Amino acid sequence: MKRIDASNLKYNVLNDIIRRVIEEGENKIIIDGVCGQYYIGCGIAKPVEIVINGVPGNDLGAFMEGPTIIVNEDAQDGIGNTMSSGEIIIHGNAGDVLGYSMRGGSIFVKGNVGYRACIHMKAYKEDVSPTVVIGGCAGAFMGEYMAGGTLILLGLNRDKKRLTGNYLGTGMHGGAIFVRHGVDESLCSSEVLISKPDDKDMQKILTNVKKFCDLFGFDCDKIIKDEFVKITPKSKRPYGNLYIPGP
Amino acid sequence: MKWMKDVKTYTPPDFHVIRDPDRCIKCKACVEQCSFDATFYDEEEDKIWNWDAKCVGCNRCAAFCPTEAITIENRENPYRINESWGKWNVVGVKKRAAFGGAPVVSMGSDKPYIVYWDHMLINASQVTNPSIDPLREPMELKTFLGKKVDYLEIEDGKLKTVLYPQLELEIPIMFAAMSYGALNYNVIEAIGRAAVELGTYFNSGEGGLHKDHYKFEGNIIVQVASGRFGVYKEYLDVASAIEIKIGQGAKPGIGGHLPGEKVTASIAQTRMIPKGTDALSPAPHHDIYSIEDLRQLIYALKEATEYKKPIFVKIACVHNIAAIASGVAQAGADVIVLDGFKGGTGASPQVIRDNVGLPIELALASVDDRLRQEGLRGKISLVASGGIRNSMDVIKAIALGADAVYIGTATLIAIGCTMCQQCHTGKCAWGIATQDPFLSKRQNPNIATQRLVNLVNVWALEIKETLGAMGINSIESLKGNRLALRGFDLSEKEMEILGILHAGE
Ligand code: SF4
Ligand code: SF4
Repeated sequence: MKRIDASNLKYNVLNDIIRRVIEEGENKIIIDGVCGQYYIGCGIAKPVEIVINGVPGNDLGAFMEGPTIIVNEDAQDGIGNTMSSGEIIIHGNAGDVLGYSMRGGSIFVKGNVGYRACIHMKAYKEDVSPTVVIGGCAGAFMGEYMAGGTLILLGLNRDKKRLTGNYLGTGMHGGAIFVRHGVDESLCSSEVLISKPDDKDMQKILTNVKKFCDLFGFDCDKIIKDEFVKITPKSKRPYGNLYIPGP
Repeated sequence: MKWMKDVKTYTPPDFHVIRDPDRCIKCKACVEQCSFDATFYDEEEDKIWNWDAKCVGCNRCAAFCPTEAITIENRENPYRINESWGKWNVVGVKKRAAFGGAPVVSMGSDKPYIVYWDHMLINASQVTNPSIDPLREPMELKTFLGKKVDYLEIEDGKLKTVLYPQLELEIPIMFAAMSYGALNYNVIEAIGRAAVELGTYFNSGEGGLHKDHYKFEGNIIVQVASGRFGVYKEYLDVASAIEIKIGQGAKPGIGGHLPGEKVTASIAQTRMIPKGTDALSPAPHHDIYSIEDLRQLIYALKEATEYKKPIFVKIACVHNIAAIASGVAQAGADVIVLDGFKGGTGASPQVIRDNVGLPIELALASVDDRLRQEGLRGKISLVASGGIRNSMDVIKAIALGADAVYIGTATLIAIGCTMCQQCHTGKCAWGIATQDPFLSKRQNPNIATQRLVNLVNVWALEIKETLGAMGINSIESLKGNRLALRGFDLSEKEMEILGILHAGE
């Protein structure tokens, strides 16, 4: 285990230290005093554990393959951008474009997330599929262009806040979104179908919610007994018939 | 009859397939070659027929007819001539009305816009500044792409300054981004081999890179587009440079769209998407809404590759290109790629391709000017792309300010493409823009590689000869040297933007 003090370090210096420490064979790193440094864990392709105390900056874990990143506070935008595998656990809220184009691994967020969560998330193999569980609420355009994977939105502590924003699932053409307590259909894009999860889906929800509760200390039995809805795309080819072959 | 038409949607055929009955030996080679169902054999009548409405003018049948019996003719406009409407507008209205969809086309715009390359003449030396014979004297075409330092610091006889990563090109010509998906495996294989042999680079396009093509390591530029297809650690690692695709000259402001039927198992695997789904790359990167955001992605890629690779940013030429390019340079790009209006595409809405954007010549000149004014030009490299048709276009582009060029359409023409503009259908009879295994076999990577190597080598020779004629022995000395060019048949404003004098001045 290695502790790094990130206070007053510029992101490139900090990331260079992280890379060096990993190269030296360290498999657990705790970084203290993080304050908005970008790109932590970016492009790391080893199954190391990185614990972050403080608020990491944008593109945390971008392009990563394998690490587990635990953030003990809030996180900013672009978390897990184009990540291939590994896990990101956020004990607070996360910003916009969470999990942009991720195609494997998982992200668990205890609190709320911003706009465009899981945009372009995709899956291409049966056994490799990304999973994102969001404890709180999400902003507009959630699941936009989503082409695969599983997104679970729990809406815990939602108060009067809307569970999701507008344009849910715009351009979605793969994967599934599960929302606890149902969704306001008027917020969904016309390209998605809303249905009831089947037993297999419920199993998937249970496994992930259980993990979520273990991580953040919620009561799984209580959460899982509420109603969930499933949102899937109507077509694998949402824009197929807008065009004709020319000239 | 097989070609009974729906009169309501009737639009006149573009081509007429003429088969000379005296020459035709009914070998049916044309039937086999036509992938557009425009040629078929009628057993009952023992006759080869053509369905002109389906013919796309690819000339594959004519090329393979052993007796030269086939001629493909452009059909005249059958309607009453109307200069202001023309055939295209009439047909355009009819098609949209009949099918309820927007026509998608491929290749660069075929509309009669001015080509500025053809309005510029190159200078040569006489008497006072003697010309050089490139066959006997060394001529340097080597080009480095990447961010440059302002000055070098030497300490104890050693270079102290840390240089930025550079791409080293033997010739300032690279193969433009054309994805696996738009093109098939064999074609990418040939392009990769040619890049290795020529000492240049090819661009993977936004569709990822087939595992087999990792062997071209050292000559690969990979692309990261909004869909992030096939982008993962190994893909970034195998590349010599990474190109962020913001826009494409043939469809500025429009995203990519590989139709589901082209997404075969292998392409799905490479793009990391499910088989048969549409591969949608939206117009914007959804994490880029400003120059600062672009900077964020540039540096994310630099971080992911430990600052070892130049990052290219490709932008489509649009009206305020100079300001945009300046922003891109300040965002930290090592190389800016300008993709002009005439650039090709595997699929683009027709109206966008034919109406949106800016010719590369004007864009290049104004970007070069702006970057010079701001003291940025020396720091970054500029690549011109979209509409480079021959070696003299390369010379002119470099004189206008480019460091190197990308060629896309010329690459495909070299291996058989006849610019029939059907790439989006996936039925390319020349075996290029298709995933159909039967058609893809028409491209033999050995032969295609040779053709590409030939083409670029001949262009290199022509460039050297021209440089020699100008009395220059290094391509570097031509860069941004607009005095080497003179314009004709251009307005004063056009010459002002191009930064060149009129012929005779
Ligand atoms: S091969 Fe090409 S040119 Fe010949 S009939 Fe078919 S589409 Fe027309
Ligand atoms: S690549 Fe094929 S389909 Fe596309 S224009 Fe060339 S010949 Fe036609």
